[in-house]
Amino acid sequence: MSELVIKNLHVNVADKEILQGVHLTVKQGEIHAIMGPNGTGKTTLAYTLMGHPGYVATKGEVLFKGQNILELEADERSRLGLFLAFQYPVAIPGVTVANFLRTALNARRRAVNKEDKGIPVPEFRKMLKEQMDLLKMDQAFAGRYLNDGFSGGEKKRAEILQMATLKPEIAILDETDSGLDIDALRVVSEGVNALTGPNLGVLVITHYQRLLNYIKPQFVHVMMNGRIVESGGPDLALSLEEHGYDWLREKEKTEETA
Amino acid sequence: MQEKRKVVISKSPRVESGAKDFAFTQADIPASSGFIASYRARAWDAFKKQTLPDTTLEAWRRTDLRALPVDSFKLPTDGAYKDFPSMPEELFKPLVADQHGGQIVLFPGGSKIDLDASLAKQGVIFTDFKTAQEKHPEIIEKILGQTVNVEEGKFAALAGALSQTGVILYVPKNTHIEQPLHSILWGPGANLAHISHLLILLDEGANATYVHESASPTESSDAFHAGIVEIKVMQGASLKFVELQSWGKHVWNFSHERIRVERGGSLDWIFGAIGSKLTKNFSELDLAGEGATGRMSGFYFTDGTQHLDHDTQQNHLAPHTTSDLLFKGALKGKSRSVWQGMIYVAKGAEKTDGYQANRNIVLDEGARADSIPGLEILADDVRCTHGATVGRLEEEPIFYLKSRGIPQKDAERVVVEGFFDPIMQRIPFEGVRERFHQAILQKMG
Repeated sequence: MSELVIKNLHVNVADKEILQGVHLTVKQGEIHAIMGPNGTGKTTLAYTLMGHPGYVATKGEVLFKGQNILELEADERSRLGLFLAFQYPVAIPGVTVANFLRTALNARRRAVNKEDKGIPVPEFRKMLKEQMDLLKMDQAFAGRYLNDGFSGGEKKRAEILQMATLKPEIAILDETDSGLDIDALRVVSEGVNALTGPNLGVLVITHYQRLLNYIKPQFVHVMMNGRIVESGGPDLALSLEEHGYDWLREKEKTEETA
Repeated sequence: MQEKRKVVISKSPRVESGAKDFAFTQADIPASSGFIASYRARAWDAFKKQTLPDTTLEAWRRTDLRALPVDSFKLPTDGAYKDFPSMPEELFKPLVADQHGGQIVLFPGGSKIDLDASLAKQGVIFTDFKTAQEKHPEIIEKILGQTVNVEEGKFAALAGALSQTGVILYVPKNTHIEQPLHSILWGPGANLAHISHLLILLDEGANATYVHESASPTESSDAFHAGIVEIKVMQGASLKFVELQSWGKHVWNFSHERIRVERGGSLDWIFGAIGSKLTKNFSELDLAGEGATGRMSGFYFTDGTQHLDHDTQQNHLAPHTTSDLLFKGALKGKSRSVWQGMIYVAKGAEKTDGYQANRNIVLDEGARADSIPGLEILADDVRCTHGATVGRLEEEPIFYLKSRGIPQKDAERVVVEGFFDPIMQRIPFEGVRERFHQAILQKMG
């Protein structure tokens, strides 16, 4: 079983330290949620795990399948089984959803076998149709340029479609609920839930508790000032909903002064 | 009365004593008679009168010819092709359908002509310049010198006077050619000057698709091409014209091209340019009759130290005419591209609709793209829009693609292919699209 182990991770963005020692382990089959106020480093953690060049790990390590993935390029991490659903998916004009997904699948096949001719088109079409049906997506979607002129809901569904196609072992969902109305949120969550199971570990990053009504985590963590300050079960999310983050801030202060 | 001394600041190039010029002489003018002979003589005069353009001229401001070894080029002799590498098989393949209606291969000092017998029977003429000069001078007379004026520039004059190779296409009234026509100017050899003249006349209501390609392997010392393309699309006629430029990287390439579209005629003009050391291409569209339409679509991709300069002009000379230009280019290495476009709307050409856009993606620090759109409107009630952009490969799309397991190089290629997609969408031929696709793969490494 794969697990993603984050040990004492420190990360700088533009020479400013944003993550200040994060420890976290996510195993295949588990669902974790990271909550926290804006600007505490949640997205920084997501980008760092995926290997964005603008996020520089200065200390610590991230182990996945026996490797410190901080030393790998983003595409290598992806092929190893890591996935990030972006908060703001990037538009790729001129590249259709179908063409893009096929390229991504073929990159995986070629990494295994250089001579691979790529996934046969009929097989790809069938697979894509099934996944799109599952996410209640119109087939015409496959022919549109990736994220180009997509609504918020379409972008998030496209992210989940990619996740379904690429079959990661650990998926990070960065603010997947942002910009979604309640119907879109339900569809996207159902999509995620259809993919969860013993083979997928999920790290849900969210600002609001409402997503967690749909995607039920077993573990909830609170991030503040670049560190995880509290971990618990689903109840923790509910008490945050009720009491906000202030009591944690108070607690932090007390501990610091203690 | 005392004459006042005037100070004249001339904008035309100064003839410096001992300025370099081509080594061609009057004896190099191909043998011809009658109308053609007088055209060539006129062109020769124009050639001798003009100096090599320099960067003081607006049209040449960004394209410097000082390194052009003008005096080193010779014209190929008859049968010269026998000493050169033969043309790669794949260039013979049809690009726009399963088979050709006709194919002409122009070699240095020779040619090979093939035309479907049923087309010949319908009166279609598709042959090389030399043959047409002997057999169909009356057709040549209908178009030679009618759209491109040899006074327009040094290279137009040179091509007019000395063209030893070329293609004549004539499609009679209301004749529709289903199978595409294909010609290839194969120009191997160093220190050679390939000089071509293409003449196309689609008579009223005629319809044709024609692909012309210029190609050569890359040689170690410089070579030269100058060409004229003159096309007339008569009333109600329709032409799809594809030009592919894949000269070797030792070739200095110059062309003057103008297509005149008469009332109700339509033109779909596609350019693909990936070759040459330096290119200066003047392409003009004259929408001369009411309701004429023309679309110009350009694809270019440069690398190394290539320099490609495309100068386009959309002339709306009659009311209710429509033009639509989109040129897209990618640049690598220390290469440079120039696109300079002008939409001109003549007085009285009301209700015209002109559009031009040029988009560039610069892939390396050392590359540079210049994009200069222009409008000159002398009529009322017209719609003319233009746009020009020069951008770089952005980090975020690349990271996004990499996060899906696509390696850096492939991610860059995917973004560049996406960039070119709007041009691909305009090309109704799978074979041509595939050729561009291959060019992208090859240039992206």
